[in-house]
Amino acid sequence: MMALARREFHMFQAAGRDFLYLVPSAAVFALDAPTSAVLGVVSKGPESDEGVVTALADRFDAETVRVAISELLDVRAIGYEHQPDEAPPRMLPMMPFPLNTMVMNVTNQCNLACTYCYEYGEDKIVDTSNGKQSKFMAESTALESVDFLLRESGRVAHLTFFGGETLLNFPVLKSTIAYARRRAAELDKEIDFSLTTNATLLRPEIIEFLAENRVGVTISIDGPRNLQDKFRVFHNGAGSYDVAAPKIKELLRVHRSRPIGARVTLTSDTLDITTIYRHLTEELGFWEVGFAPVTTSPNQAYAIGEGGFDKMLGQFRALAAEFLEHAAVNKHHGFSNVKDTLEEIHKGVSKAYPCGAGLGLLGVSTDGDVALCHRFAGSDAHKMGTVKDGIDRGVQTAFLQQHHIADKTDCSKCWARPLCSGGCYHEAHVRYGTTQRPNLHYCEWIRGWTDTCLQIYGSLSERNPDFLARFDREEAKAEAVL
Amino acid sequence: MTHLKAINRKANRVVEHVAEQKKDVVALQRVPQLAPHFPIGCSLVFSPGWEADQNGGTAGLCQPVERDIFDCHIACFWPAQVPDQLNHAPDWTAKCASAQKDWRKLDLVFPG
Repeated sequence: MMALARREFHMFQAAGRDFLYLVPSAAVFALDAPTSAVLGVVSKGPESDEGVVTALADRFDAETVRVAISELLDVRAIGYEHQPDEAPPRMLPMMPFPLNTMVMNVTNQCNLACTYCYEYGEDKIVDTSNGKQSKFMAESTALESVDFLLRESGRVAHLTFFGGETLLNFPVLKSTIAYARRRAAELDKEIDFSLTTNATLLRPEIIEFLAENRVGVTISIDGPRNLQDKFRVFHNGAGSYDVAAPKIKELLRVHRSRPIGARVTLTSDTLDITTIYRHLTEELGFWEVGFAPVTTSPNQAYAIGEGGFDKMLGQFRALAAEFLEHAAVNKHHGFSNVKDTLEEIHKGVSKAYPCGAGLGLLGVSTDGDVALCHRFAGSDAHKMGTVKDGIDRGVQTAFLQQHHIADKTDCSKCWARPLCSGGCYHEAHVRYGTTQRPNLHYCEWIRGWTDTCLQIYGSLSERNPDFLARFDREEAKAEAVL
Repeated sequence: MTHLKAINRKANRVVEHVAEQKKDVVALQRVPQLAPHFPIGCSLVFSPGWEADQNGGTAGLCQPVERDIFDCHIACFWPAQVPDQLNHAPDWTAKCASAQKDWRKLDLVFPG
């Protein structure tokens, strides 16, 4: 018997209708009653065409059911049992892949001593106190890094300054930006700048400089005083909120040339997303707030455990629902986790790798070693060349071969893999001791969150499709620059 | 597609791909015409050999073979030996505005 069987997809409901998220194509289709019904029958178990027609005979005429079957076959939501789909080809990206973003660790020192920090805590990869890497990046290394970026980039390059605390090395940051602008102009390339800081070292002249130079700023902050001061403390243990908050307000008042975002690290002790969001947007005035669970081995008290992920998902959903109501009437909402995922869903991103690390994004250590990303900068085990000698293509290719989604067998049956692709390399390294493992400890959370974002996407496609069309327009604008 | 509605960009590409896969060889005289109904290249107008034109007619099919001179050397991948119009014989075709009518006026060109 030629039996129809379901292929890989995730069905979800939004705005009163059924939608389909197809895997691995990442296509989203809205279903009508006959296609929903056909999937309902086939999902119970393999069934012949005639069997499906008979099962639905009291609801739809045979011709309608046959056309519905043929459309579902066309998009590979279903298929004949004896003809399994071929596995997608295991292709490596075309090389040399242009370097889009370089994250430069201008120092590995910090004036704060956040107890959960991956750079200094028990989970650290690089010894930044007694290790061989310089504590501050020399100007000559910084300028070499810029040359490296402009050599490896396409028409547009992004330079991100990172630390440690980035502003501890402000003089180098300043001269690097001036040099990068000049070199980019000479080479007829576009370059833009951003940095991440804990805000405690902001001064009026620094703020002025960042505004004038259109430097994108992300502030690491965990929320109102009681939450911020739990982990984000100075070396003497004093909380940093009272130092950071007035400086952030000043920054937000003066720096109007780029939207400024907050980046929140969530721990088991600070899981109060709505309170944090309200405080950061309404009281401090951030344009956007992004949340990420702390990266840690599971034995730390602040690690988010099983129950914590459920709680976090519930809170994310509540804030995401608020995002939807705003987006439906074209109002801004600053919950950036949703917006980023919606954009990926809209484009139909289906990833072979969880992020651009080692591909379009590289980290540079204070000594000019090139690594997978800023979180691995300075680690010999994750070195991928130097800014002087360029990218070691052999190491890069080996890395890409070892980390392809096709080899993550745990992910092979998961419907969320087009977007997740196994998750953060650094998280996996800290958790399992290898970048190659998928992050199985948060699979349920990822699937739950992806489902939420798909529902929002589906709702917006019905209620305000123009909101989604904006992603196309923004991309067209970016391409026009190229 | 009548039952499935493509929502995101990838879904639209899937629909385009499916439509592309379903295209078949199309007879030139088929009405209504389905794209592509013109073969690309020289056989379009000049070359004899099609049993019928795109509307099923046979009247204009075979043309004087001289027309192929222009056709082959301008529009077709097939190389035709013609005088060098850039340097040596720029006015070679000056009197021949329409090959179908004026082909007798094409100049003779001698190596010089």
